[in-house]
Amino acid sequence: MKAIRKINSCTTILSKSDIDTDQIIPARFLTTTSRDGLGTHLFNDWRYLKDGSENPDLVLNKSESKGCEVLVTGHNFGCGSSREHAPWALLDYGIRAVISTGIADIFRSNSLKNGLLPIVVDDDTHEWLISNPGANVDIDVTNSTLSINKGNTVQFAIDGFARHCLIEGVDQLGFLQNEEDAIRRFEETRSWTP
Amino acid sequence: MSAGHPQTSFDKVWADHIVKQETADTPAIVYVDLHLIHEVTTPQAFTLLREKGLPVRRPDLTLGTLDHSTPTTPVRSFKDLAVVGESAANQVLRMQENCAEFGVELLGFESDHRGIVHVIGPELGATQPGKTVVCGDSHTSTHGAFGALAFGIGTTEVGHVLATQCLLQRKPKTLAITVHGDFQPGVTAKDVILGIIGQIGIDGGTGHVIEYRGEGISMLDMEARMTICNMSIEAGARAGMIAADDTTFEYLAGRPKSPSGAEWDKAVGRWRELCSDPDADFDKSVEIDGDKLQPMVTFGTNPGMVVPVSDPVPEASGDPGFREALDYMQLAPGKPLSETPVDVVFVGSCTNSRLSDLQQAADILRDRRIAEGVTMLVVPGSQQVKKEAESLGLHEVFESAGAQWRESGCSMCLGMNNDTVASGNLCVSTSNRNFEGRQGIGARTILASPLTAAASAIEGRVADPRKYI
Repeated sequence: MKAIRKINSCTTILSKSDIDTDQIIPARFLTTTSRDGLGTHLFNDWRYLKDGSENPDLVLNKSESKGCEVLVTGHNFGCGSSREHAPWALLDYGIRAVISTGIADIFRSNSLKNGLLPIVVDDDTHEWLISNPGANVDIDVTNSTLSINKGNTVQFAIDGFARHCLIEGVDQLGFLQNEEDAIRRFEETRSWTP
Repeated sequence: MSAGHPQTSFDKVWADHIVKQETADTPAIVYVDLHLIHEVTTPQAFTLLREKGLPVRRPDLTLGTLDHSTPTTPVRSFKDLAVVGESAANQVLRMQENCAEFGVELLGFESDHRGIVHVIGPELGATQPGKTVVCGDSHTSTHGAFGALAFGIGTTEVGHVLATQCLLQRKPKTLAITVHGDFQPGVTAKDVILGIIGQIGIDGGTGHVIEYRGEGISMLDMEARMTICNMSIEAGARAGMIAADDTTFEYLAGRPKSPSGAEWDKAVGRWRELCSDPDADFDKSVEIDGDKLQPMVTFGTNPGMVVPVSDPVPEASGDPGFREALDYMQLAPGKPLSETPVDVVFVGSCTNSRLSDLQQAADILRDRRIAEGVTMLVVPGSQQVKKEAESLGLHEVFESAGAQWRESGCSMCLGMNNDTVASGNLCVSTSNRNFEGRQGIGARTILASPLTAAASAIEGRVADPRKYI
């Protein structure tokens, strides 16, 4: 995983609540056996019209959204299925952080393992971000801060271990593999075996 | 086990699987007893193992099947099953190759035990009380019906479990949902869980493991309990659990992967210790009046947008999302749902494809015909369920009524195989998600019980099942 320490970017807003993983990447694109190339189908059924052309009404397709790496969404983003294709699609498209007032558990966990930063903020900060589309924000992962509106800085909660892995680009599998002795001991000493 | 501080069932199973305690700096290392895998969420994990030159650490604790991208078109022999689409066919082939190469048991097309991953785990007796069960699939919560701690994981975590049999996890919070009272006729487990999600909301369980308890739960059979736990994720919960009891043990006795002989007695003794201690504290509690529940249906585009089937579509709230959902569903506030014409009825999915679900639908359809213009698919959850249903003649009931009787699989639940709902068509579905486009591009989904689905097929519109029972 690539280390991620700072993000400085404009924001794109999808203010709808409860955006589920079927919207982020519909199931018919999950027959792939690779992690790559899913960005083309990110929000597929919102982004494209029936004839395959881009939906001009969707904010992601507007010129002001191009190059924005921070997506601000309504509450409870990423609910639904456990498909890791959702963060893969967002990252492949170029999104590096998602900001909401609530982010679903499995989506959050999957995001952190791929270098996509899930940020939960308070209602006031969220309200400001929603009302100021395209605003430039500074995210400092090391200090867990989000700076908006000319220096107004808020702290966001992030698990210390997840943060360490993000800023150092640590592969969590390696961490588990280093515990092989403890795992073997557990297997040998437990009171029953599955 | 329960000495000292009173513990919840979840606390006990959690504590029993800690390889290394969590600290402020690091999550807990949690051991996995059963890793279920399917074709969709594993290929990238196997690729990682190959790149790193790693074996599957415990193939004996890993069990694979093919369910999501597989066809359900009836065939005489599995050799005739043709996976639709080059990419899906490739995915299935990769699963077969990966399982063969890494020594993982795959219940593939030639197996009598193939089926939806959350149907076959319990059916084989692989799912057991007190186990940790994971799968790259959010409906893994189903297995919590046995008093297991079961939850969905992403593909990176599938790789972690394949390589180390462990996961890094922070301990979730606990939520007790107590269901009181008896249910009215026509109210099934599906209505109970839809009612619960309607009450607590689709993020009401976020960060929590739910324990379903109370007489409204303990009186349910195992298949009904699985329906309840299955949809825990639809309330955002990490997992759902029901304490194991005699109903659980009776279900598991004699199954292929259940313990037997002296091991069985020992296991039951251990399993009996797993229920929550009387004074155990939960982080949150919710009470449900079971006797007030009615057959429930969804009207919007998430499982929390739910009403009793005989009620009108609710009036629009201030939330713009509510209006968008009704627009997508082509439903008007205040209009009775029961007048909504139905194009497709789907009985199946990991929520409602077990024998009792099919029996309930068949009881309503027996000696009746589905309405003209309605397409109805009945898709058993596994080849075993199919066999049992056929031995009871249920397939004949469905076929005489005008419904299609299929091979097992996820089918129309998620539209990633050939079974999809056409754009604009309305499907009354026993599955678990009514998200936009879930069953096909532009498809409109109303979630319901097998009873409501069958009644709706007969009437060709959303129907209250109570008049048929």
